[in-house]
Amino acid sequence: MKTRSLEFVVGLFFILGLGAIFILTFRVASLSGAPPGQAYAVTAVFDNIGGLKAGSAVTLAGMRIGRVRAIEMERETFQARVRLEIDRRYDNIPRDSSAMILTAGLLGEQYVGLDPGGAPETLREGDVIRMTQSALILERLVGQFVTAQTQGATTAGGSAP
Amino acid sequence: MSALATLGRLGGDTVLQLGRANLFLAQVLAAVPAALRRPGLILREVYAVGVLSLVIVAVSGSFVGMVLALQGYRTLVTFGAAESLGVFVALVIVRELGPVVTALLFAGRAGSAIAAEIGLMKATDQLSGMEMMAVDPIRRVVAPRFLAGVLAMPMLAAIFAVMAIGIGGGELVGVHLLGVDDGAYWSQIQTQVEFIDVWNGVVKSLVFGAVIAWIAVYQGYTAVPTSEGVSTATKSTVVLSSLSILALDFALTALMFQRL
Repeated sequence: MKTRSLEFVVGLFFILGLGAIFILTFRVASLSGAPPGQAYAVTAVFDNIGGLKAGSAVTLAGMRIGRVRAIEMERETFQARVRLEIDRRYDNIPRDSSAMILTAGLLGEQYVGLDPGGAPETLREGDVIRMTQSALILERLVGQFVTAQTQGATTAGGSAP
Repeated sequence: MSALATLGRLGGDTVLQLGRANLFLAQVLAAVPAALRRPGLILREVYAVGVLSLVIVAVSGSFVGMVLALQGYRTLVTFGAAESLGVFVALVIVRELGPVVTALLFAGRAGSAIAAEIGLMKATDQLSGMEMMAVDPIRRVVAPRFLAGVLAMPMLAAIFAVMAIGIGGGELVGVHLLGVDDGAYWSQIQTQVEFIDVWNGVVKSLVFGAVIAWIAVYQGYTAVPTSEGVSTATKSTVVLSSLSILALDFALTALMFQRL
């Protein structure tokens, strides 16, 4: 009886430990990065990718559906080719969907957001998304803002700021 | 001249000890298959080093998580990034503090106990008594304790991490005290923590468990068979284990995360 209860307690200990590892893998790491065979790759071409990196998230309607696999330069047009790997479960994304680079929060990480289009054909392995919107670069935004302000000031005849 | 001789002897002794410890490890590893055939012995040791360390590990885990959440929040909130609190706590715990703090606790709680037990067995001639009865003390006493240390450490580290991220950092401080949104806390963790982080943490805790168990059984087995010798063995186990854990952690981190 003594050894039985000992065995029971030790068994409970291992169940707790393995359960903790299980929680860490599925609840914390959310092993959702699809295995290599269960994703298809499409390419999106951006003028400017900002701070996008390989491994960044690809989302649709705010839901994570894949990740950025690789980023390379297109030799003729000097644009960035971003290879997106999308989970096979989401195989009904319209072919004319557009992609844009968004920022999570004010200073957060950048990710690719897809906006579904209306075409009946769906995105397949190897497709290229040409309708894209580049990342917002803070310096350019400030530049545009300053230009607009100064132009507004001159037309309004120097109103008070 | 005599100072030089002392230095030389010190260096020579260190190399000698290292060689002995490695030969001893080889002996223990050779005895592992034989020890596996008697799981009852391993079971009892897992109870002693693992189950009995559960409370201290779980309680420390929640407190470490609470402190991390408090400190992390103060810094993150100035950048308006309080939602990233979960990622901060989870990455720090899973990658570093989980394995390291658990290993330090384990060295103090279980490593010292193993060294003292084996050392006292030696001092009271129990080990030589076994040898007289043709029972190999390495198989009967040392190998089960070594295996138990290796097996128990990853479990304890995982429980520590869950307590720190989930209970201490998450529910108590993050959500209830600081008012971070529950959903944001977990979703940020899930998007930013990778499986490889968890896996590296498990590998680290396995390595730490093996090193602590090795040092503890070696120190106990080679202790001078007096009460002073046993106390020295216990002390050396804690000191050497802690130093090896911290040094090894740096080496493992450099290896594992050099590409991130």
